[in-house]
Amino acid sequence: MNSPRASAPALAAPSGGQGDPTKRDERWQIRVRGLQKTFGPQHVLRGIDLDIERGRTNIVIGGSGQGKSVLMKHLMGLLKPDAGQIWVDGEDIVPLGTQQMGRLRRKFGMVFQYAALFDSMNVVENIAFPLIERYHLSTDEIMTRVRDLLKRLDLAGVTGIEEKFPPQLSGGQRKRVGLARALIDRPEILLYDEPTTGLDPVAAKNVDEMISRTADDFGVTSVVISHDMASTFRIGDRISMLAGGKIIVSGTSEEVLASRLPELREFVETSGVAAAHPGAHP
Amino acid sequence: MSTASVEGPSEPQLGVGAALIDAALTPVRGIFSYIGDHALLLGLALAALFRKPFRLRLFLEQMEFVGVGSLTIIVLVGFFSGAVSAQQAIAALRIFNQERFVGATVGLSLAQELAPVFTALMIAARAGSGMATELGSMRITEQIDALTTFAVDPVQYLITPRVVATVLMMPIMTMVFNIVGLFGAYLYAIFLEHIDLGQFIEQFTYWTDPKDYIIGAVKSAVFGVTLSVAACFQGFNVRGGAKEVGLATTQAVVAGSVSVLVSDYFLIDIFHILWPYKS
Repeated sequence: MNSPRASAPALAAPSGGQGDPTKRDERWQIRVRGLQKTFGPQHVLRGIDLDIERGRTNIVIGGSGQGKSVLMKHLMGLLKPDAGQIWVDGEDIVPLGTQQMGRLRRKFGMVFQYAALFDSMNVVENIAFPLIERYHLSTDEIMTRVRDLLKRLDLAGVTGIEEKFPPQLSGGQRKRVGLARALIDRPEILLYDEPTTGLDPVAAKNVDEMISRTADDFGVTSVVISHDMASTFRIGDRISMLAGGKIIVSGTSEEVLASRLPELREFVETSGVAAAHPGAHP
Repeated sequence: MSTASVEGPSEPQLGVGAALIDAALTPVRGIFSYIGDHALLLGLALAALFRKPFRLRLFLEQMEFVGVGSLTIIVLVGFFSGAVSAQQAIAALRIFNQERFVGATVGLSLAQELAPVFTALMIAARAGSGMATELGSMRITEQIDALTTFAVDPVQYLITPRVVATVLMMPIMTMVFNIVGLFGAYLYAIFLEHIDLGQFIEQFTYWTDPKDYIIGAVKSAVFGVTLSVAACFQGFNVRGGAKEVGLATTQAVVAGSVSVLVSDYFLIDIFHILWPYKS
């Protein structure tokens, strides 16, 4: 790392959490150490140390092409690292096989950048998909849970929403349906991949509120990958920045805003968030 | 989605001799890699067939897509292929004053060659391209990743039903092609060329055997494997955007068609060793 980073304040200790990551920790639900990933000549992750706080909204920020989505896919076991460990509730997920990963993934829900709804299914079929695949529930029971989620995510009022197919939904509605699908099996951890990308500022604010409300109502641990700084400081309990293949800073929004790291300062100042937050370092 | 841009370690430098050998072996490696990747996907799809859960609905949907969806084009192509075959056969046989053999000629060529190969080419163009496009779109919109997050095996959910449905529907569609093709030949020969109906049917029934249709059916099932695996492989492994999906679709049709024609050559050789033509 370069010299300005060496002068970063103590709060910028990237890993954050203390204690033995191989044991279940009341505060930290996911712990990542030394995560590395290479695609051909591209060394994307160069030793990620990251802790995800249980029951809070954890945000990982970073510029385009820095490997945020790659990091997220590792958290859920969609990609295997070249080196490093990931513990979820004290269980190292890296060596797990397909069957064991299937069991572990029930803890997770993922909201994709563009929702990734199944085009061949309507809204109800999309939301019910995890239940249909995992359990033998009656149609009535499935419909009760789907309608409850539609109501809680403010989708019940949309005319004919249940029978609509993904191309018939607006961007915001797609995100909500994607969230409903992720929530239907009551996950402990929700991963959001750039949830506000492609939305206008009002829709983006609505999605932020949805994320905050979901965290409160369902008590889930949220991990949000984003480069939307306004959104980050609106909803983030804990913010980490990914740059150069490493986590260069982790902390609360106030701590992160006070950081002098040049990469972070550039990110914050360019976004205009610094002006809106008096705590930001000049 | 973010893409990585951080540079990694550089490639090791090769000597001139090693570089030449490497360049010479690259196409060979490419062919083996291509066949190996397709065989691996087929193996995974077949292994998934015997693993729970069994999703009958997905198989039926794909059988409808491959079979019922292709019926119109198969009937259309079959009818005119039969009629054109009869036209050409009569023109050739007339030189020897043997037009009465037209039923046998068309029947044999349809049963063993025209019906299975033309059906496979039509299915590769219609259903194969559809499979590659659908799977490619699902890949670039992260729908396949979404399946994985729900602990659903994408190969079992997406590839197995498509391959099995194509293998099952190909012999049926080939038989449809045979029937319609013969009807086209019959109409042309009897009504336009005034070939004797009795001669047409007698020669046809004497020279064609059930084994000709069995050979055609087995060939068509093998074509079903090659074209569906080619289509699924191209779609499933798309990386990029809409342009790459289009490219995968084109490659699926080309690879499917070429694999049908290449495997046809070897299959017909094998079958003629096992069951020689009647003399």
